[in-house]
Amino acid sequence: MTDFLPQLALFWRPALTGALLALLLPCLGLYLCLRREYWAALAYGQVGAAGALGALALGIPPIAGGLAASLAVAGMKYPLEKHLPATGIFPLLFILGWSASLLLTSNLPGVERSGTALFEGQLYFADVDMLTGAALALAACAAFLWRVGPLLLLACLHPAHFRAQRLPVWALGAGFDLLAAASLALAVMSLGVMGAFALIFVPPWLAFAFAPSWRAALAIAPALALFAYTLAFAFALLHDQPFGPVLALALGTLTLAGAAVAATWNGGAKKE
Amino acid sequence: MKLLQVVALAAGWRRPVHRPLSFSLARGEILALSGPNGAGKSTLLAALAGGGARVFAGEIRLAPGVRTGFQTQHAPPVAGVPLSGAELLALTGARPDGLPDGALACLHRRLDKLSGGQRQYLALWSILQAPADLLLLDEPGNHLDRAGAASLPFALRARAGQGAGIVLVSHDAELARACCDRLLQVEPCDD
Repeated sequence: MTDFLPQLALFWRPALTGALLALLLPCLGLYLCLRREYWAALAYGQVGAAGALGALALGIPPIAGGLAASLAVAGMKYPLEKHLPATGIFPLLFILGWSASLLLTSNLPGVERSGTALFEGQLYFADVDMLTGAALALAACAAFLWRVGPLLLLACLHPAHFRAQRLPVWALGAGFDLLAAASLALAVMSLGVMGAFALIFVPPWLAFAFAPSWRAALAIAPALALFAYTLAFAFALLHDQPFGPVLALALGTLTLAGAAVAATWNGGAKKE
Repeated sequence: MKLLQVVALAAGWRRPVHRPLSFSLARGEILALSGPNGAGKSTLLAALAGGGARVFAGEIRLAPGVRTGFQTQHAPPVAGVPLSGAELLALTGARPDGLPDGALACLHRRLDKLSGGQRQYLALWSILQAPADLLLLDEPGNHLDRAGAASLPFALRARAGQGAGIVLVSHDAELARACCDRLLQVEPCDD
């Protein structure tokens, strides 16, 4: 603790950036889970990483390249769905993003270090721009989901009734896709591809399994994410570890520990 | 003006599936669509809902400002989704007032933890009690348990009594007899 507090004072900006993303990503993840679009999170993240690396190679700010690439993925979804089975589009885009990222990293010496940082997560280098981006993304997400979240639920659960209301179906879906893509691109810049995916996937997945209601899921998923994030941030900072893998490990360990406790508890209850 | 007027309508997906139909519906009226499997009853409902099946000929005229509620035969995909019955009702703006005691008791439980009959009743209620003037219901009695099926005719009549016009498709002749004002035969195209 004596080591941690001075470091936290030094790294308050990255700490806050990550905390904001830890609140934002699970909320988006709940709707991605609902839409059965786990792969979208990976595709947005990986293509965003490729875009950031491409931007570095061209001398453009990586955040701009990452955002542009992720938003392009979101924009390609609807045209591609007309020609290809919808289930394979995001996995395909993820593969292409991975391929582009590794080829850029391997062939352009200048971006090799950045590529490694994007895969591992470079939260400790988060600057004011990243913090501002995360805050804006969280505010936009909160405003959008407050207003449109119930409609996204209705569109998934009662699609025919939703269409009968003559609401702008396409615009609502596209709005969510763009928000998710932009948020993932931002998150990848600081948490890394798999760190961002872990935050957008694991807490919502657990909330889907155990929450008694949607409202509870909206509280449980960000709370779990924030808890795991705090543990991971402290551990990685104190032990000088790459942040993304530590975060993924924290989320995975918490999940397995929780499952073991639940199994023991249920076993004991059955014996009684 | 009538709530709904249908004039020589031929609807379908790639081609018309039923013979041209004309009918009208007033507020408070319940109309049952009958016919053999594949006659195009569900297609006709989808065309009436708008944005679904294609209208090949004829016309659908809705009174100005009519709000539509549409229940298909597909149950909401709630497996694995943390959504309570109360939340499903809130999504469509349906009020729980008037729900049978059995359904009221499970309103705050996850839908995927309920029996199929309870779940189906709440899904139907979420459309039946949505703030709509025109209700299109496709086999509303499907998958209901005995208590749900018994209360359905009363729920439909009560909703019509509140001023909603209802068009329903049902193979259940008893349900149609119990609550419908008129029966319209839908006949498939010959080819």
